This record gives sequence, structure tokens and C-alpha cells, in this order.
Amino acid sequence: MKQEKIVIIGNGMVGYKFCEKIISKKNDFDIIIFGEEPRRAYDRVHLSEYFNGKSADDLSLSTSEWYTQQGITLYLNDPVKEIDRNNRTVHSSKGLTVKYDYLIIATGSAPFVPDIPGIDKEGVFVYRTIEDLDLIRNYATHAKTGAVLGGGLLGLEAAKALIDLNLSETNVIEFAPRLMPRQIDSAGSGMLQSKLKALGLNIYTNKGTSSIEGTDRISALKFNDGTELKTDMLVISAGIRPRDELAKLSGIEVGTRGGIIVNEYMQTSDPSIFAIGECALFDHNIYGLIAPGYEMAEVAAARICNDIKTFKGFDMSTKLKLIGVDVASFGDPFTTEPDARTILFEDSHKGIYKRINISNDGKYLLGGILIGEAEAYNMLLQTVNNKILLPPNPEDLILGSRGGSAQSENAGLAGLPDEALICSCEGISKGAICNAVSEDGCESIDAIKKCTKAGTGCGGCIPMVKDLMLHTMKQNGKYVRNVVCEHFHLSRQELYDLIKIHNLKNYEQVLDNLGKGDGCEVCKPLVSSLLASLWNDMILKKGNDTAQDSNDRFLANIQKGGTYSVVPRIPGGEITPEKLVIIGQVAEKYGLYTKITGGQRIDMFGAHLSDLPLIWEELINAGFESGHAYGKALRTVKSCVGSTWCRFGLHDSVSYAIRIEERYRGLRAPHKLKSAVSGCIRECAEAQSKDFGIIATEKGWNLYVCGNGGSKPQHALLLAADVDSDTCIKYIDRFLMFYIRTADPLTRTAPWLNKMEGGMEYLRNVVVNDSLGMAEQWELEMQALVDSYQCEWKTAIEDPEIRKRFNHFVNAPEEKDPSVKFDEMRGQKKAADWTLA
Amino acid sequence: MIETTTNWFAACRVEDAVENGGVCVKCGDDQIALFYFTRRNEWYATQNLCPHRQQMALSRGMIGSAGEDPKIACPFHKKTFSLATGECLSGDECAIQTYPVKVEDGLVYIGLNN
Ligand SMILES: Cc1cc2nc3c(=O)[nH]c(=O)nc-3n(C[C@H](O)[C@H](O)[C@H](O)COP(=O)(O)OP(=O)(O)OC[C@H]3O[C@@H](n4cnc5c(N)ncnc54)[C@H](O)[C@@H]3O)c2cc1C
Ligand code: SF4
Ligand code: SF4
Ligand code: FES
Repeated sequence: MKQEKIVIIGNGMVGYKFCEKIISKKNDFDIIIFGEEPRRAYDRVHLSEYFNGKSADDLSLSTSEWYTQQGITLYLNDPVKEIDRNNRTVHSSKGLTVKYDYLIIATGSAPFVPDIPGIDKEGVFVYRTIEDLDLIRNYATHAKTGAVLGGGLLGLEAAKALIDLNLSETNVIEFAPRLMPRQIDSAGSGMLQSKLKALGLNIYTNKGTSSIEGTDRISALKFNDGTELKTDMLVISAGIRPRDELAKLSGIEVGTRGGIIVNEYMQTSDPSIFAIGECALFDHNIYGLIAPGYEMAEVAAARICNDIKTFKGFDMSTKLKLIGVDVASFGDPFTTEPDARTILFEDSHKGIYKRINISNDGKYLLGGILIGEAEAYNMLLQTVNNKILLPPNPEDLILGSRGGSAQSENAGLAGLPDEALICSCEGISKGAICNAVSEDGCESIDAIKKCTKAGTGCGGCIPMVKDLMLHTMKQNGKYVRNVVCEHFHLSRQELYDLIKIHNLKNYEQVLDNLGKGDGCEVCKPLVSSLLASLWNDMILKKGNDTAQDSNDRFLANIQKGGTYSVVPRIPGGEITPEKLVIIGQVAEKYGLYTKITGGQRIDMFGAHLSDLPLIWEELINAGFESGHAYGKALRTVKSCVGSTWCRFGLHDSVSYAIRIEERYRGLRAPHKLKSAVSGCIRECAEAQSKDFGIIATEKGWNLYVCGNGGSKPQHALLLAADVDSDTCIKYIDRFLMFYIRTADPLTRTAPWLNKMEGGMEYLRNVVVNDSLGMAEQWELEMQALVDSYQCEWKTAIEDPEIRKRFNHFVNAPEEKDPSVKFDEMRGQKKAADWTLA
Repeated sequence: MIETTTNWFAACRVEDAVENGGVCVKCGDDQIALFYFTRRNEWYATQNLCPHRQQMALSRGMIGSAGEDPKIACPFHKKTFSLATGECLSGDECAIQTYPVKVEDGLVYIGLNN
């Protein structure tokens, strides 16, 4: 039999998914793809991550080898310009003519660009392809202000991207009276608006744009109400327009408002031609989301292979990926009385708005909206889609934990039918995931991803997949607890105690006595950190060196490109002019980039591995010591200048900061530790954002603990007020030892406290009132650690065996890594950008 | 059996290698990561380049095991690769090249296939 030919027009997300689907069903088609874009299909859903460090290659959905291996012919940069239905051929722009037995149109959509005078000016962009993003990024380098036309899902995403491009002002202009008019109601929209304001977005609703001003390039927008907004650039996100032009030209039926009309098998008015994805119009709807597109690909592939599957429309529930604000809308978000009853929850203090719509008989959930907090989204969506009976108090669904929440969560999971669709991008059901856990032994998210593909699309279902996995493991009688990894079936705290009891001194001993197998990148650094916290031995002692994270192993932070950074300790941020000169000289001599860190010290980047010992030798000779910037250890104790210079200062915050930093330097902990001391309540040192922070009062010091900056900032809480210097240090000793003993790996003090039963009250009882009777022991243990402190770099440079390890090539110690590359920026070097295969 | 000529490259002495860890070997213009898995008394060699972000880094990573399979974790983003087959064990990075290793008279040799 002659091989049947399938031609696919469009190598976008859905066209690509069609290939995957058809190949998995039957592998004897001759497949030819024409793509208009210059690159292979990529993940448009995560397009914005292109601005956050992901490269075009990261976004790519597959490799070029994949197409070759599957025997698929791929023509990129060559759009089809005509379909000849009589001869069953397509003609490409570059002049190719190809016959087809089945033709798949997967041309997606184009941004809708309204016809506003001046729209063709320079500085006006759309947001759809990698090329669009390149143009935006380049233009943004000399723009100060930006605007986005359209306050829908994509518009808000584009606006966030402009903020990330460092525009000093970003405005969103929406024609409708509210944001995301298709997904959320006006109360929710109001809440969203105030949250977005806090992120730095200016929002204008009810604004029709009448013209775009400027000579060649855009300088301002004029609105119907006569007002004007100055802007250097504009991104249009006013909706999408299905790309039905080819279909229309060849006489295939299209909708009056665009879109290629398809039946439930995705066939167009010509039965050998299919349309899938955003170009297809099914039952008067264009589906502008990825999950329905993938479902269409499945249905079309099934039809061609004589399988019976139909497309039944699709749920348009969405969760916005906007970083900083959770927004979700599911089921029917708008339905109201008399068709349904509504439960609302609003907390304008925290910026949370939740709405659920339930059936009049109170039995079923119909839909809803979540703003500011959307953890419940997956479960609520499941409740709608699977018509799960509501509990007697449905308000609990959005009010959440008022006791016993974990239980009700699991009850919810158990109540889901096996067919419940968990990952809608890939169409994976609850049954399939549970099966992967029970039958195929998948006990990690990675394993489940590999085995079922669940969670590999938009990723929104991953929290639920994880809950399902744990739930299934528990059901199978597996005792699930926070064990370290496959090599140690113990929690961090258990390991700590056992290492201490058995007096184990290096990683191999610990593994032989308490673990199994050969270790891994999870347990090695963890055990090393425990050993360091317990015994404070030099971390590079033989047998311990290779069990250290790369940063600890080379006593420096590995940076992009494979070079290292060097951070000498500058206690309290105080440094003499002579020492500043030394740093300058060393940096100059070894060609290092210098930058002041957030912790009041100086970071030198770009050091070759083999230069590290030489650099440190010079620094140590000049009186510096390791800053432990590479370790999960005490980093810095920041200070304000305090009473020695500041007219408000109550005590000498610098001297106290130095005393504290010198006491706890090098202390290994489950995570890094930061501290600060302020000389008065004006808090110039930001002590309340630290793991432990101290603020001078009229009578002594206030000690705050468990704060942090980072991605989830949290203020520190007051542990003790008006204490004297020595008492304060005692409390810190106890607090730190308690933390080091009991925290899970890589848990900073803030989440440690958040998980602690009894919270701050309990912690205060333990530390201040000594409720566990451990105070004295902890103080002694801390004193022992303080007394055994050594500068790791000093030990390292004095030991020839250790020094030997700081060469790139074992067989050419004098040569540096030739693959290290630098670029130049503002008169200094910078690491070359990530390069890709 | 097909006879393949293997070209044995003398990389270093046994005592230059790092116990339970890796070193980087310069081999013409190539960089090869050599691992001495002392715990299992095994030697492995792979390309030094991590395919994830093209960093010359694998020799500075941590070795370990997943089940029985020996593996290496890249120090940059902790992608792991099987030392035996080169296959990526975490996600979809491409596999890395592996090379045979032999030890004779205290010298470690890496097998380069012509
Ligand atoms: C910034 C952004 C964020 C998004 N976020 C989400 C999200 O969070 N969740 C979600 O579900 N969806 C999201 N989407 C929507 C999602 O990306 C689309 O639904 C999906 O890409 C549609 O796939 P498609 O294959 O139909 O179209 P596309 O991916 O657009 O692919 C169509 C391809 O066909 C090509 N083409 C067109 N005409 C021709 C021709 N004549 N010849 C050859 N090739 C042609 C086009 O150049 C294009 O490459 C987002 C979209 C964008 C732009
Ligand atoms: S915190 Fe107080 S003492 Fe310290 S610098 Fe600020 S105002 Fe001065
Ligand atoms: S220095 Fe910190 S905040 Fe900045 S890019 Fe690196 S990890 Fe992110
Ligand atoms: S460069 Fe190796 S894991 Fe990223």
C-alpha cells in the first residue's frame, strides 16, 4: 500500500502536538510540515519566561533530531500560500508544491490590531512570537515608560514583562470598565487592580484610544475622553484573530467573525482537511488556550486513524501566571441568582477576593473566581468538572483551614472519580496518575512526568499531582515522611541525632552506618552540613571534600561560565581604607569584576579555579578571612553606623554587629543565616528582615527572629525586648542551636517558625523561659563551635593536598579552562551569556 | 564480535584522581570528566560539558547512585546523568558521552574510540 501523506500547515504548539499524537497511534504516514516562523515549535504559553532567562532553545518543544528520527520533513520559514483543493496540493512561498491525503491546518491566531490612527508608528508592538519579544527587549533599552493596550489575560502578562524589562512606568489601558472582563467579575477586578498597583502597574479602565501620537515613533496615546498619556512604547494585546486566511482563500467555510468552521471530528467543510488549535471555530467558539488545542489534536489524529473520538467543547478555566498575584477563574464564574447562589469572601486588607457559585439546591459547585490566593483552584475545578457533591458547609471550600484542613483535602482527593482529568494539557486522568504510582513505582514528580507526561504542559496541575502521589503512597501503606532521599530513610533531625550518638565523623561513615547505596547530590551536602554543625571540622578534610556541594568543595560560589566569586568577610560592614585598597589591588591583578553586595561587603567575580588559592593567599596575608558566602552558614551581620556618628543612635550598633558576626562566623546551618543591628528604631540596617535582627532601645536591645527577604519576604518577630548585650547573645545561641537541630534541610528560619506548632509563643518559651531545659547545653555547644572556628581558606592554602584540587585540569595543572568566556559591560567584565546547543 | 580499535589515552596517575569524585582531563582540545568511584571501586569517564547550559562543569559535580545506577549531578542546576550510559536521569536533557576507563600500573587510561 502506498504511504498516506499528511501535510501540516503551522508548526506551533498544536501542530506539534498533532505530530506526537499521530505518531503514537500509527507510524506509517509520510508527514510534511510547513512552518512560517523561523524556528521549531516552542512553548508559547511560557513565552514570557524568555525575559526571565529562558532561551529560545529552552522553550523549544523538541529537538531537530526528533523530527528526523520520526521521519518528518520540516520546512521552516516557508509559509504555505495556497491550498489547491482540486489537485489536493499545497503551494509554499518558496515555491514547493506538495500533495496531501490529509491536510491539517494549525495556523493558530494573530494578535488583533485595532485600526487606530498612528498604529504603524515605531515603538508599537504585538506579543506573540519570540521575534516580537526580541524587538520589545531591544526597544525597551532606550524606553522609560511603556503601555499595554488591553487588560485581559495576555495584556497583564505583557505588562508584567515590561516591568521586568525595567521600564520605570508601565500603564495598562483597558476599554472595558474592568480588567479581565471575560474571566472575572467587577469586585474581583477591583481587588486585582489594587494588587497590580502595588506591583507598580498603573491601570486605566474605561479608556478608548483615539490615536497614537508622535512623529515617527510613538510618544503618547490620545483617548476618546480628551486625555493623553505619554509613553515611549506600546504593546497591543487587544485579543486574537484566528488565522483563517488560507482556508478562506480556498473556499473552506469560515465563521462570519473569523475561524475555520469544524465539526466534532475537527473536519472542515472539506472532510480531508482538518483545522485544530486557535484557528478552529467549534460551535461558535474559538478556544484561545492550550489544553483545548491539545484535545483537538488528539481528536483529529484519532479520526485519521479511524478511532472514534469527538470534541465536546472545553472548559475555559484559567489560572493567570502573573508573578505576584494569584488569579483564577473556573467553571461558570458569572452565574448569579436566580440560576445559582453565590458565596463571597473578601479581605481587602490582604487583598483576597473569592467567589463561588453553587446550584440552588446547594449540591453542586458551578464555578467561581479566586484573587490573591488561588491554592484551592485545582480542587475547586475538579469539584465542578466531576460534579462532586458539596459538603454541608460549602463556604469551607474558600475559607479553608479552620481546623482539619489536611484531612478534608485528602477526603477531596479520594472523592475524585478515576476519570477526573488532572492534567488537562496532556489529558491525564487521576486513574492514570495513581496507576503510575502504584503499578510503575513512580514516587517523585519527575518520575510521574516521565511516565505519564502529566505536568509537562502549563505545569498548573503539579501541586495536585504531588498531593495525589503522596495520597496514593499512603494508601498503599507506604509510610510517607520527610525522609532525606533514597539513601537515608530518616528525617534530617533523626540523622542529626544519630550522627551525634554514634559519633560519626565523615560522610562515608554516616552512609555505612545509617544509609544504603552510594549517596547522591541530596544527602551528601546535607550530611556534610550536619557534620559541620556538629563537629566544626574543616569541611575539606579528606573524605568530606567530595561530599560537599560544589560551592563548599571549592570554598567559593560557582558562577555562570564556571568561574568563581570571592567574598572576604567584612564584619559589620566596617572596613579600613587600607583594606579597601588591598581588595582593589587584588581584583585588578586577577581581573575580577567587583560589586558591593546587599550584605555590606564586596564581591569579586570571575576568578579562575586555579587563581582562587593565590587570591586568598594575598587576602589572608592582608588580614582578611573567608566570608562563607559559599556556605549554608552565617553570611553577614549588617549594621547601621549607630551612636558613633548618627545623631539618632542610641547604642554603638557597629561594635555590636562586629561582636555578633565574629561569634557566629562560619556556623553551618540548614540554610544561610543573615543578621543585622540597627542603632535605633529608624532601622536603617533592616534588622527586621533578617533571621535574627537587633534594634537598639533606650534600655538595651530588642531581638527579632525568623525574618527573611528573598522570594517570600517575611518580617521578623519580637523574641525579647530591652535585653542587655550578653543576654541577647545567650538568646541567640539558644535560638540558633534549636534551629540547627530541628529544621528541615534548606529551610530558613521563617518557614521553620511557620511550621512550628505553637509558633512564636512556643519558641519564646523554649528560648527565653528554657521550657525544654536545653538552654545550658545549647550554650555550651555553641561555645564549643565558636572556639573551634577556623578560617577554611587559611587551612586550605596551607595544605598542599587541598591546594592541588584547585586546578582545572588534572593532567595540565598550569592551564586554565579555555572554555571560560567573558563579555564587557560598563568597563568591567561579565560572564558570557548561557550558550546553547 | 566487531573489533573496535580503542585508543587508550593516559589521563593521570591513580593518586591524582579524587576519591569518590571527579577531575577534569585535558585531551587535545576536549575536556573529559574522570570519576573515581572509590566506594564501588569503579572508574567512569564522560564528557565534561553539561548539555543543560553548556557548562564545563561535570567533573566538579557530586557522584552518587540512583538505585543501582551510578550517576553524576551537575553543580550548576543539579541535572543528573547516568555514569554508565550517559542518559539524563532528571528531565529531558540530551545524553552525555561516556568513555571506557582502565587502570594499569597505577596509570588511568581513558578509551577514545577513533
Ligand atoms: C504570551 C502568551 C501567553 C499565553 N499563556 C497561556 C496560558 O497561560 N494558558 C493557555 O492555555 N494558553 C496560553 N496562551 C495561548 C496558547 O499559547 C495558544 O493557545 C497556543 O499556542 C495555540 O496553539 P496553535 O498551534 O493553535 O497556535 P500557534 O502556537 O500560534 O501556532 C501556529 C503556527 O502556525 C504558523 N502559521 C500561520 N500561518 C501559516 C501558514 N500559512 N503557513 C505555515 N505556518 C503558518 C504560525 O506562524 C505559528 O507558528 C498564551 C499565548 C501567548 C501569546
Ligand atoms: S537606625 Fe537609627 S542609629 Fe542607625 S543610622 Fe538609622 S537613624 Fe541612625
Ligand atoms: S543574585 Fe540572587 S536574586 Fe540575583 S539573580 Fe542571582 S539568585 Fe536571583
Ligand atoms: S549547566 Fe549543568 S545542570 Fe544546568
